[in-house]
Amino acid sequence: MLTTIAVFAPLVGAVLSGLFRPLLGKQLSIASSILFMGLSAAAGVMDFAQAVQGGATLPPLHIATWISVGSFTPDWTLRQDMLSLVMVGMVSFVSALIHVYSAGYMAHDKTVPRFFAYLSLFTFAMLMLVTANNLLQLFFGWEGVGLVSYLLIGYWYERPSANAAAVKAFIVNRVGDVGFAVGIALTYLVFKTISFDEIFAAVSAHAQDHYRLFGTSFPALEVVGILLFIGAMGKSAQLFLHTWLADAMEGPTPVSALIHAATMVAAGVFLVVRMSPLLNAAPVALQMVTVIGASTALFAGTIGCVQNDIKRIIAYSTCSQLGYMFLAAGLGAYPVAMFHLINHAFFKALLFLAAGSVIHAMSEEQDIRMMGGLARKIPFTWAMMLVGALALAGIPPFSGYYSKDAILDVAFASHTAVGMYGWACGTLTAALTSFYIARLFLLTFHGTSRAPRDVQDHVHESPLVMLAPLAVLALGAVGTGLVLDHAFIGAGYGNFWQGSITVLANSPMNFFESDPKYIELLPLLASISGFGVAALFYIFMPSLPSIFATRFAVIYQFLLHKWYFDEIYDAILVKPTLRLAKFIWHVGDEQMIDGVPSGLASLTTDASSQTVKLQTGSIALYAFVMLVGLLVFLSIFLWVR
Amino acid sequence: MNSLSFPILSLITFLPLAGVLFIASVRGDEASVARNVRWAALWTSLIVLALSVYLWISFDPAVAGFQFIETSTWLSGLDVQYRMGVDGISLFLVLLTAFITPIAIIASWSITKRVREFMIAFLLLETMTIGMFCALDFVVFYIFFEAVLLPMYLIIGVWGGEKRIFAAVKFFLFTLTGSVLMLLALVWMWRNAGTTDIVTLLRTPIPPQAQTWLFIAFLASFGVKAAVWPLHTWLPDAYGEAPLPGTIMLAAVLSKMGAYGFLRFTVPMLPHASAVAAPLMFTFGVVAVIYVSLVALAQTDMKRLIAYSSVAHMGVIIIGIFTFTVEGIEGALFQMLSHGVIIAGLFICAGVLLARGEGLALSRLGGLAVRMPAYATLLMLFALGSMGLPGTSGFVGEILVIVGAMKVNFWVSLLGATGMVLGAAYMLVMLRAVLFDKFTSPSLDGLKDLRPAEYAMLVPLAVMVLWLGIYPASFTHIFDAPVNALVQAHTAALTLPQPAAPASLAMVIK
Repeated sequence: MLTTIAVFAPLVGAVLSGLFRPLLGKQLSIASSILFMGLSAAAGVMDFAQAVQGGATLPPLHIATWISVGSFTPDWTLRQDMLSLVMVGMVSFVSALIHVYSAGYMAHDKTVPRFFAYLSLFTFAMLMLVTANNLLQLFFGWEGVGLVSYLLIGYWYERPSANAAAVKAFIVNRVGDVGFAVGIALTYLVFKTISFDEIFAAVSAHAQDHYRLFGTSFPALEVVGILLFIGAMGKSAQLFLHTWLADAMEGPTPVSALIHAATMVAAGVFLVVRMSPLLNAAPVALQMVTVIGASTALFAGTIGCVQNDIKRIIAYSTCSQLGYMFLAAGLGAYPVAMFHLINHAFFKALLFLAAGSVIHAMSEEQDIRMMGGLARKIPFTWAMMLVGALALAGIPPFSGYYSKDAILDVAFASHTAVGMYGWACGTLTAALTSFYIARLFLLTFHGTSRAPRDVQDHVHESPLVMLAPLAVLALGAVGTGLVLDHAFIGAGYGNFWQGSITVLANSPMNFFESDPKYIELLPLLASISGFGVAALFYIFMPSLPSIFATRFAVIYQFLLHKWYFDEIYDAILVKPTLRLAKFIWHVGDEQMIDGVPSGLASLTTDASSQTVKLQTGSIALYAFVMLVGLLVFLSIFLWVR
Repeated sequence: MNSLSFPILSLITFLPLAGVLFIASVRGDEASVARNVRWAALWTSLIVLALSVYLWISFDPAVAGFQFIETSTWLSGLDVQYRMGVDGISLFLVLLTAFITPIAIIASWSITKRVREFMIAFLLLETMTIGMFCALDFVVFYIFFEAVLLPMYLIIGVWGGEKRIFAAVKFFLFTLTGSVLMLLALVWMWRNAGTTDIVTLLRTPIPPQAQTWLFIAFLASFGVKAAVWPLHTWLPDAYGEAPLPGTIMLAAVLSKMGAYGFLRFTVPMLPHASAVAAPLMFTFGVVAVIYVSLVALAQTDMKRLIAYSSVAHMGVIIIGIFTFTVEGIEGALFQMLSHGVIIAGLFICAGVLLARGEGLALSRLGGLAVRMPAYATLLMLFALGSMGLPGTSGFVGEILVIVGAMKVNFWVSLLGATGMVLGAAYMLVMLRAVLFDKFTSPSLDGLKDLRPAEYAMLVPLAVMVLWLGIYPASFTHIFDAPVNALVQAHTAALTLPQPAAPASLAMVIK
């Protein structure tokens, strides 16, 4: 019951504020959206708490039939195992906070009810995703969050850049979704079902199945695993399919916090964890997960170091942190990935909302080069950002420390080549992370203000309705690591997850505590050194960055242009496709395929006296075609004979 | 077997003719005639819709065969009879026709030229289409199938746009060529089975060699109607030039005639040829999805873009049918319904702009979301349905076809699925160009949102898009039985030894 309320209350809120806005009026429709979201959060958190206390997994809750064709029978069902409930609790709670924050942040917008309808609709789709009991319902939520993400990125649709970013986000996601959809089809081919429990029960029976592709034979489960992971790469903005996430920052800041940090982008990680029983039987796919994750973590970290837009820096940071989660998941340490996912949701939402508060204070300015010296003017936001930054950088006792440390320990403990690659990337990234977040923090809040006079005069702390959610999230960023550490990844983690995640006995999950001491200290050292360099660059010797930028201009430009991914995709994919489209339309369709019939049709139609032509032309034509048909008929008949 | 005390299928089929008689007899001045004629046509079509819904309710989904069968002697010497009947496959096409026609009639309120003739042509079109879906005799089917051409030809040629004659003739030329070939096939099959009863024909085996030729004849006929690539080039012209109601009927209903033909005749009657030709059909389908989607992406006119999107979706339907799997075929059927509803909605949305005096060149639109939020919401919903977003009708058909295709071939499945990306690309480009960005011309700023009549057309379609998407089981369970039977019969026909040629034809074949 609680799960049902948690999932469907946001839908009610979305419908009320979206469709019934003319009846309810502006204030009431916003209020109803927030109210129902609050209800959802209360139900979601209680649901989670009950499951933790009760220690028993609830059975899936059947809502209605969806598709029923042959043995392809996905239903509308709410799954209520621990993995789902952890996500339900987090998503509804963070979303409720962001709803409240938005009431302040979006107060001056013209069409706020629309914004709230989208937010609530998004939450509904996300909750459907995490409570799915089969792959297709998961895909429903998956595409639903993608749609609302598209709508919210393009929320300010009078801006061409916002529209372009929205379309880009949707299409890049869809590329991944093709992999997902085909993966679902292949799952069905192998397992004859797409329900989770039935798939997981049959994994061992199909472990030896092979599937022929490219003329060779592959283990079927590996192919399934890789296809599903391609979907996850799109949604979680992993390397090669990451290009949409930074552009998605065109959307309002609460959106970035909710969708592009805390919840939607984590859906890819959730998918991988959800499919753990299957992926455990697909070692190559798992290695791919780790390699892509580790590479993304490092790659996005390098870009984050040189960006100047406050939101884009955090966006690349998100990309990088998601890489960490995949790194852990790929090594079979799914609980560690989930641990980081939850911690990240809180501290990243905090960072984004604090950034929103900064942007609010700075009259919509987002370039950190135009900020500085804000600490004294907006101390509360400063404190909040500091908590978020410390959590992200992994400084104890903030939450990021616990999970990031665990990820790197797990990577080291795996003692495989892939694991060591992940460990090396991850440790480097830890240093980069603390550098870029310290850079952001110092450039924004310290030093002297570089903003124009009128902006400076206007700097003000945000209203309480925005600050209160920040405070709650900050509590989370401090506390989730400490509180959840034992339950999520401690010795008795199996009791906590109650079988909703399958961890193999040989997973590094089970012996990472035995890493040497210096390995456990290394990430912390890396983080501190990152801080040190940032302090040196931006406090003690502010001339250094520009010296580096000119000395290593090639590298700087390379990073500033995000490794030129957009330019390359544009040149080898987007432009040729559009050119090809024009070509095949004009040459292929209009001239070649259509040439003959159009010519014939033109013969019979002349501009003058159309009515007459209509009759005589058609009758003559009819007769002509009949004649030809008859001839063909006769010749075929004779030939067959 | 299911039957009612009255011949419901004939009633549904020929009721529009009663409307025609009434409309022909309306007298008065021009304005009142136009008004009465419109309402008469609308009421007629609504009664047909009500009867069709009654048909749906009375239908027994557990039966795989035909129901409500009506037989009466016609050309007894030739064993050609007037036979009508529906199974789960044709039932929904009847319903689709009955559902779309009233909406198209509302859309034709804007027609002011020769209203009486237009409505007559329109009701004739409904009779022919429903009759075709109900026909259980090949000759009856053929007559309806051909007769559909005539009112449609007139609708395009008389009430169409600037290039209407060109478009009408092209449409006629294409479809007629195919039709003539089908006539030959009909004659052959009649000689083979000694009857034109479709139920008997379905049971009469045909020698594989002959199947090939018959397949080609059917392909020419049904392929053109279904606008299978590369037989599709009549479509953008016809869709573009036809008046809006004509476009709606063409896209939503008439394009399904071809797909229906494949399902009713080609696959069950020619199992060997179908199996042999499946790779070819997959190629056509995949090319339609990719190539035509690209062409759609390059379009600069809203109506033509939607027209090409239609061809791309027909590609998915063709792929689904030729997988010969329950999932694929039901997916194709579902896609037929879904496509009918969505494409009607999209074309009406284009018509809404035309009715406000705006052109449909994408470069001259934009920013409409500000002044027309309801319009924007509905257009968005149909576009999302078109790109197969889960929760809308478009998704169910698409995923079933992808799943069905996977059972046959990985690449067909994957390439068919690329439509998800390309479909999203052209639809989002369209949405952006129409709804978002800034106004490109001041006249757009003054546009009013939807009028009641436009709501009356778009809301039922929108409800269907969601209903089909969220609870498709209410539709799939009706065609479950016949599709299962079809697939089983197909598999059985392929595994059995080659069917022996009937004695009368054995000499001919050897």
